[in-house]
Amino acid sequence: MMATERRLLSLTARVMVFVALAIGISLVLIGHLVQNEVERHFAEQDADELVVITRAVEKALQTAKDQGLAPEDALARAVSGHHGVYFQLWDDTGRLVYSSVDTGSLLQANTYAPVARIQVDNIYTWQSDGKTYRGTATQARIGGQDYRIIAAIDMDFHIHFLENFRRSLWMIMVAAGAITLLAAWYGVHQGYAPIRTLSESMGNVQADRLHVRLDPDTVPGELKTLVDSFNHMIGRLEDSFVRLSHFSADIAHELRTPLTNLITQTQVGLSKARCEDEYRELLYSNLEEQERLAKMVNDMLWLAKTDHGLQKPEIEWLDLAGEAREILEFFEALAEEKHIQLLLEGDAPSVRGDRAMLRRAVSNLLSNAIRYTAPGQQITVQLATAANEEVTLSVQNPGPKIPAEQRTKLFDRFYRADPSRARQSEGAGLGLAIVKSIIEAHGGRVLVSSDHEGTQFTLILPQQRS
Amino acid sequence: MRLLVVEDEIKTGDYLRQGLAEAGFQVSLVRNGLDGHHLAMTESFDLIVLDVMLPDVDGWRIVQSLREAGRQTPVLFLTARDRVDDRVKGLELGADDYLVKPFAFAELLARVRTLLRRGSAPPLLDQLKVADLTLDLPRHRVTRAGRKINLSHKEFCLLELLVRRQGEVLPRSLIASQVWDMNFDSDTNVIDVAIRRLRAKIDDDFEPRLIHTVRGMGYKLDVEAEEDDGD
Repeated sequence: MMATERRLLSLTARVMVFVALAIGISLVLIGHLVQNEVERHFAEQDADELVVITRAVEKALQTAKDQGLAPEDALARAVSGHHGVYFQLWDDTGRLVYSSVDTGSLLQANTYAPVARIQVDNIYTWQSDGKTYRGTATQARIGGQDYRIIAAIDMDFHIHFLENFRRSLWMIMVAAGAITLLAAWYGVHQGYAPIRTLSESMGNVQADRLHVRLDPDTVPGELKTLVDSFNHMIGRLEDSFVRLSHFSADIAHELRTPLTNLITQTQVGLSKARCEDEYRELLYSNLEEQERLAKMVNDMLWLAKTDHGLQKPEIEWLDLAGEAREILEFFEALAEEKHIQLLLEGDAPSVRGDRAMLRRAVSNLLSNAIRYTAPGQQITVQLATAANEEVTLSVQNPGPKIPAEQRTKLFDRFYRADPSRARQSEGAGLGLAIVKSIIEAHGGRVLVSSDHEGTQFTLILPQQRS
Repeated sequence: MRLLVVEDEIKTGDYLRQGLAEAGFQVSLVRNGLDGHHLAMTESFDLIVLDVMLPDVDGWRIVQSLREAGRQTPVLFLTARDRVDDRVKGLELGADDYLVKPFAFAELLARVRTLLRRGSAPPLLDQLKVADLTLDLPRHRVTRAGRKINLSHKEFCLLELLVRRQGEVLPRSLIASQVWDMNFDSDTNVIDVAIRRLRAKIDDDFEPRLIHTVRGMGYKLDVEAEEDDGD
């Protein structure tokens, strides 16, 4: 039992997991993007600053050279007004000419190769004495002498700002994520409200209240098909239910008539002494009723067995055209007697089926057709190979049009198109039900069409490949 | 011919005994499985008609034990249950035929006769003769009183069946099955029409009439006139 208890996640949980993943991923992406942009912005600012410092140093050095001053004095004033900026100047012999800060702090930068142009991607960051610097080295030729200028900025202020910024950024992100998730959960919950209402309405459908239908206009568009399918299903259920109730009533009715005849004629027969011939007639008459009852019981049992899969078709390859010819041969005498012509048209490939069952199905159709065809007319049995690997056998007979509402009921048990028709001339009203049952056991279907010219029953059988 | 009928339903048993006795068989009727088994083991019968659902021992067990004891008496099963599995089981256990209730007595009689005839193969004849009716089997030709009669193929098959089983009442279902291979109860009167047409050719212009209707049962071909000839 434990192993089978793998319950599916609830719909809400599924949506929430999905939304949470989506929000999480997008917030992380946005966070990184913003953070990177801000950092880059600072780096650009720093690069500009470094350019400015380097220019100032170059300019101060130039001025000192031009005016013949000691470079140290000129350089000391070069970056006044800028806070947290430092520089060093080295000459081409590797002597430190000037340093605006203690030498060690910028020593790291001296190992970097000088760059031609200061840009975001060629400035370096390093740490010294607990401070973080960002800087770069450039080469300058002033007054015929090569100098190496190292410019740096104290970054602690930036880092501090960035840390604060990052913290608030992520806090905002997390809060936004939580709010969005909450909103999504509420939305989903609200979204499922129609489903809850729907399932309550469905719960109200009982066997005795199958007429209940759900209104597709009261639900959102996505649920319309569900409601339609549900209504359709209930419709079919109601239909079967009604048919089943009618069926029981019909059985009782069908049994009542022959039983009444049997009882009445036997009691009347016994009510006084009669001659031998009269008793014999009585017994014959009884026998007729009894045979009808026996056939009805056999047919009903046969239908019940077939419908419950207790009677499986014994499948073999059948030459459908040959079978049809033999069945026509069987009915030939009867048809001739009624001056009806039987015609076989078309051809069909072999099909897989139960010979006795299919013969029975076609026979039932033919005997029906003969029953309803007027003398002098003809019945056509048409064989054909339909599209999508199907073989059809249709039986057409001229006759009055069967109204559409009767056509669907033709295959019901005990259904008779004409209730007033004399019972004697008919079977038990199970013939077409048996046809349907047989064809469905073969995986096929039966169609009926009718117009003012006549009626056509078509058996459609799947054509299995060998 | 000695028949053993094992049937616990009192009315069914009584009428089976009476019907079979009147058809010319010597019938022993027992009403439970143990007696049936005992009789089948100790006496000699030509055929056993056995109800499957008996109060003490079911019919399958009886057949099984008969076959195990080496007794090959043909067995015709009667049953109210009709499932393919049951039928297969019955035949596997050694039953020879199977009839589902409700059945027609004429059908039972025809099956009994078929089973009894089995084993004694009919002699291969070229000609069948009843009174002045002659069937030439290889040539499919029929003459009566020297006059040639034209029959269709199926009419010939029908006549051959009636002649071969002369004196037996053949139910419609058996005729449909043997001549047209239609193995189900057709609710049409195809057989009646076919017999009527055959009779028009064979009997109408001749005396005595050979094909007789046995009302409520079926048809038979015989030389002697039947008083209950219905039409």
